[in-house]
This record gives sequence, C-alpha cells and structure tokens, in this order.
Amino acid sequence: MALLEVRDLTVHFETDDGLVKAVDGVSYDVERGQALGIVGESGSGKSVSSLTVMGLTRFSGNARISGSIVFDGKELLTASDEEMRRLRGNDIAMIFQDPLSSLHPFYKIGDQLVEAIQAHRSMSKAQALDRTVEMLGLVGIPEPRRRVDSYPHEFSGGMRQRVMIAMALLNDPKLLIADEPTTALDVTVQAQILDLIQRLQRELDTAIVMITHDLGVVAEVTDEIGVMYAGRIVEYADKDAIFAMPEHPYTWGLLKSIPRLDSPRGEPLVPIPGRPPSLILKPPGCAFHPRCPYVREPHKRIDPQLAPAAEAGNGHVKHEVACLLPGQTRRALWAALQEGATPEAALARVDVPDKVVDQEAVGDVLAPAGTEVAEGVVATPENAPAPEPTPVTPVEAAHEEEPS
Amino acid sequence: MSTNGAKPLIEVRDLYKHFPLRKGIILQKQVGAVRAVDGVSFEVFEGETLGLVGESGCGKSTTARLVTRLLEPTDGEVIYRGQDIAHYTRSQLKPLRRDMQMIFQDPYSSLNPRKTVGTIIGEPFVIHRLERDEGKRKKRVQELMDLVGLNPEHYNRFPHEFSGGQRQRIGVARAIALKPKLVVADEPVSALDVSIQAQIINLLSELQDELNLTIIFIAHDLSVVRHVCDRIAVMYLGKIVELADADQLFDHPRHPYTGALLSAVPVPDPRMAREKHRQVLGGDVPSPTNPPAACRFHTRCPKARDGKCNVDEPMLEVKEGGNIAACHFPLTDEEIAKRVPTAAA
Repeated sequence: MALLEVRDLTVHFETDDGLVKAVDGVSYDVERGQALGIVGESGSGKSVSSLTVMGLTRFSGNARISGSIVFDGKELLTASDEEMRRLRGNDIAMIFQDPLSSLHPFYKIGDQLVEAIQAHRSMSKAQALDRTVEMLGLVGIPEPRRRVDSYPHEFSGGMRQRVMIAMALLNDPKLLIADEPTTALDVTVQAQILDLIQRLQRELDTAIVMITHDLGVVAEVTDEIGVMYAGRIVEYADKDAIFAMPEHPYTWGLLKSIPRLDSPRGEPLVPIPGRPPSLILKPPGCAFHPRCPYVREPHKRIDPQLAPAAEAGNGHVKHEVACLLPGQTRRALWAALQEGATPEAALARVDVPDKVVDQEAVGDVLAPAGTEVAEGVVATPENAPAPEPTPVTPVEAAHEEEPS
Repeated sequence: MSTNGAKPLIEVRDLYKHFPLRKGIILQKQVGAVRAVDGVSFEVFEGETLGLVGESGCGKSTTARLVTRLLEPTDGEVIYRGQDIAHYTRSQLKPLRRDMQMIFQDPYSSLNPRKTVGTIIGEPFVIHRLERDEGKRKKRVQELMDLVGLNPEHYNRFPHEFSGGQRQRIGVARAIALKPKLVVADEPVSALDVSIQAQIINLLSELQDELNLTIIFIAHDLSVVRHVCDRIAVMYLGKIVELADADQLFDHPRHPYTGALLSAVPVPDPRMAREKHRQVLGGDVPSPTNPPAACRFHTRCPKARDGKCNVDEPMLEVKEGGNIAACHFPLTDEEIAKRVPTAAA
C-alpha cells in the first residue's frame, strides 16, 4: 500500500465572490521513498492540495473539504486536530518557499529546532540540541555547534532554506512536502538545495512531494509527475513519459513556452494564449478549452476524466491523461509539435475530428447525462440538442489577454 | 555577430559605485563601503540586446541604474552618444530621460494603484510636455495599448483589474511611450507565471524589431537570457567576469563561474539530467563590503590555484572561441562537455 493515498480530494472555499474551487477532485499516490512532482501555475491548486494533506486548510472557517487522504493506513480528513498536531512536523514535514518568513525572527535557530524536537519527543534539551547540531551538519551548515546560537537574519537565503530542511527532517518524517523550495533562491544555491534534497532522500528514504512550477526541477528530482490545471490533475505519468511523450495540450504548452538551454537558440517560444481561469467561474467542459488550440465543440461541454493513455510500445509505464482528443490525434499532434510546428501548423497537418471524443476520458461519471451527449455527438451530431448557450463570461475573460 | 559595424549607443568605462557604510549619529563616520559595482566596462550597441546575469547581489541592477543615471556613479564614465553623462545634473538629464526607460520586475508595485491605466501610460507625455491636447494624448495611449496587446477600451480601468501579465504589458507600454532609444528591463518576467512569461518575451522582441530598441536585459534565469540576448555579460561581486556573444557563452563558457551557473540550471529533460555531472558551487557569495583579494571568485572556484588566483588579479581578455573572460585558468572543452551537457560539443 502506498504511503500516501489521496482520493477525489476537493477543497472549496466559500468567499463573498462565490465558491472558489481550489482543488476539484484530485487523486494521487506516493510510495515510500518515492518522489512525486506536482507541477502547475499559480492558482492551479497545487499548494492547497498539499496544505490539506498537512491538515492546514481545515482551520480556515470557509473551507469545504471532501474526499479521502490516507497516510500510512490512517484517514487524515477525519483525524482530530490533536492527532494532526502529533503528525505534523513528525511523520509529515513541510518546507515552504520563503525561508525567512517561515522562521521566527526573534528566536535563535537552535531554540527553534530544539522546540520542534521537544514538541514530539520526550528528550532533554541537551539531547535535543545534539540532534539539532547533527542535523544542521547533515544539511551542510558549517560549524553547526556555533551556528545554533545565530538568529535567522544572520543566515543567507540558501542557508536559511537548509535550516528549514534540517527542521523538517529532525523527527525522521516518512513524508516531506516541499512547496517551491528553491523558487526564492539563486540558481547556484538552487543546485545546492536540490542536491541536498536528493542526497537526503537516498540516505533517509523519505518520500517527497515536490510542488513547483519549474519543469527543470521536477525533471531532476522526482520519479513521477502530476500536472495540475484549475484544481485538477490533467496529466499524471512517470517522469520519462511526461517529457518524452506528453499527451495533454496544457503539458505541451508548458514544455513549448519555456526557453530551454537544450533547444536551439533561435527556436521561437510558443506561449499558451490567455491566462489561467478563475477558480470561481471555471470554464464548463474541459477547463483548459478556452486556451486550447485544438478545442472542438464537444470539449466545451464534456468534462474529461483522467484515463490511461495508450502508450505506444511500453505498456508498463503509468500514464494518465484527461483530454477529450482521441489518443491517436494527440500523438500525431505532439509529433508535429516536436518537429517544430506551431500549434496552428500542427492543427493544419493533423486531422482533428470535430465530433469524436475520447470515450475513455468521458468516463462513467457522466453516464446519466453523458450518454445522451456522447451518443448525440458521435452518431447524429446534427440532431443533437440545441447548442447550449455559449458560456460567454469565462471564455471571453480568458481570451482577454490573447496576444493579437 | 549582429553588432558588427554598429556603433555603440552607450559606453561604460571603469564604472564604480560604492555605497558608504556609516556609523555614529552626528558625525556619521564612514566605516566601509558596499562595493556594488567595482570597475565595470562594456558597450551597448544600437539595436542589440545586452544581457546582464549573475546572482543576487552581484551588482547587475546597480549597473543598470547607473547607466540610466537613476544613480550617480562614484567614479567612471557613462558615455551616451558621445557625451559623458556620469555626473550630469537633474536638469541636464531631463532631455535624456526620454531616451532611456525602464521596465521593472514587479508589475504589482511598479504601477500606481490609484491612477487609471490611461493616466499611467500617458504620464510620460505629461512629464515631457508632449501631446498637451488631452484628446490626442488619449489617442496615443490607446494606440500604445493596442501595440502591447491590451484592449484600448480598458483605458479607464485601474491596475488591480488586470492580471500580472497584463500589468507587465502596461509597464511595457509606459516604457515605450516616448519611443526611447534604450530600454532597461530589470527581471521583467521573473514574477510572472510560466505560461505568461513567453507572451512578454515575445512582445519585447517584436517591439524591439518594430521600434529599433536597444535593450539591456537583466535576469537571473539563464534560459531566458539565452533566448532573448545577443551579447551577455556575466557579473560576480561587482565585476564582469565574462562577456561574450550568446552563442559563444552558451556553447563554450570559459570562466568557471559561468560554467557553474550553466551547470546549475535544471534541464527539463530527465535523460540529460541523469547524465550530467552537476557542478555544485560550495558556499555563498562573499560579502561585497569585503570582497576576496585578486580574483574574487577564487574562494569558490574549483580550478583556483593558490599563489596565483589569490594574488594576481586576472584581466578581461579574449580566450579561446572569442569569449572575453577574466580568468587565469579558463575552462577547457572537455570540462565544459562534462559539466554543461547543453553546451554544443
């Protein structure tokens, strides 16, 4: 059994503006000692889903959480606050993006780390201090015995992040959640921290959930990757699969819109048009459809589910995608994009069927209402019920920023 | 080299900027100085994009602020079209301000939240007493908004009604309003979402072609710099350690610091990530108040030799492949291939 099993997790926040669907049906597993990367832009729900695993969203009075989070055989969503408190910083630890605001500025580093131990273990202060010094040494802080008496402001950014990692690892957690751990750091320091996380994972056999927007970081550190968009995982696969044969148009967009050191210098960037959708007024159907260059009429109505992607050749690799385009079409489009075609050119080259949708991705979730839609769409498209009123607001809003 | 035959728009010679550290309440004795920029020389040619890269605290933003004369240099020359503007007064600078504009990193704090977008973009016209007629000014502003991909009908909206990417477009529109010669973009995309970054990068390069802009592009993200810039200067602790064409720099970095920077960039390709031997620099950047003697990088350099690098300061000179680097023991091709898998063999 996996160490962490998240099933159909939804986290909605009630606000004055409406219901914010921050996480909207997310499932994933993290095996012991494995590293999972969750990639997405700001507002994709990647942080909220992990904060919920830590039990940190339950205190905001307006959060509506459902689904299930099973950690080490124990359901966390129904656990008491006291049980969660015992778990946090002990079996599950977290590193945040900004190390300066995660450390208390008034207390010495040593005191803060000792407190983290004594909150969970009955240990004398001297013993706890020894453990602290040992851990600071392990994460590469020079002269740890002397440095425990320093205050956070006396450390550089990279050193502070090391302190945070040391604090997270003090109680030998089984799971470490790292939320953008290197985003605030310089590239050389980022390399140091990524190296450190990888080394510690090997040595201590900790499972890791790495949340980031940087595809390079996940390529170096993680084993499996989930790509999140608008509160859902839209593609989930083994690391090699997601970079070699991504299947979701959003993943293609991410891969093609970042300048890379390993691609020819003159290659033009292909931005994803528009901007991430509002989580209050999520576009109907596939949430990515207002920005998707390959959108077809049915995609605006049918909500795709994660379904296994038919892997060419190797069937053992785990690969799931939530896209309504037929598998063949997706692979043909990616092949065209790989050859340097723009989305428009790829669209001209590949025949994207107007009405056919990937039956697997439609799933049985929509069965009652979906049968009619699916049949209508596939068999007698012209006789299908009158087209729904086009959902004007979200679509337009998303197109607003489309470059001319 | 795209810059062949072009004449320099700006020449910087031996530029220094030391920020004094004072102690005491009344007498304010100077006890030291932050040597933010410590002897920097380079040229920016007309129509090119010069990249300034380095870690935080290396002096890249200070250099840009000296060039645009938002700061006055401690010493050195800034020659703009033949005139040394290093110690110009405010009134002398005013006509030059039209020619030099900046785009800032944070699109949230660089726009006045209480002014409408129209006012923000129109402000340069007011300051420089151009387009006094309000109707004409509005028309100019709307043309600008259209040019940078904003809806001109949003003239009367406030900054908070726009997303991060759109706000950065507002910043760009304001910067190009007076048709400047030089635009200094200080980390223009690092605060934006990944899918939006490409939109702004493409916008800048389109505008550069259209308006024949010269751009100084400051960034810490080497992949972005490589994509945008024609020539690149790598800075370390207030000094330029390597200066080269983008192709030269990324194909064969000669300074060990450049090599380490390139090696540190995570590559979104698992196979390449597994194969490469990432060279991790130990420690942190030393303090610019008391930089190491001779070669400033010698405390962290894997190739540093005692008795040479800590005694004898290397000068910027042409190395193999045409890169200009300040190093006694530049990287060899084998070392590059091992550390920087993305470099051309």
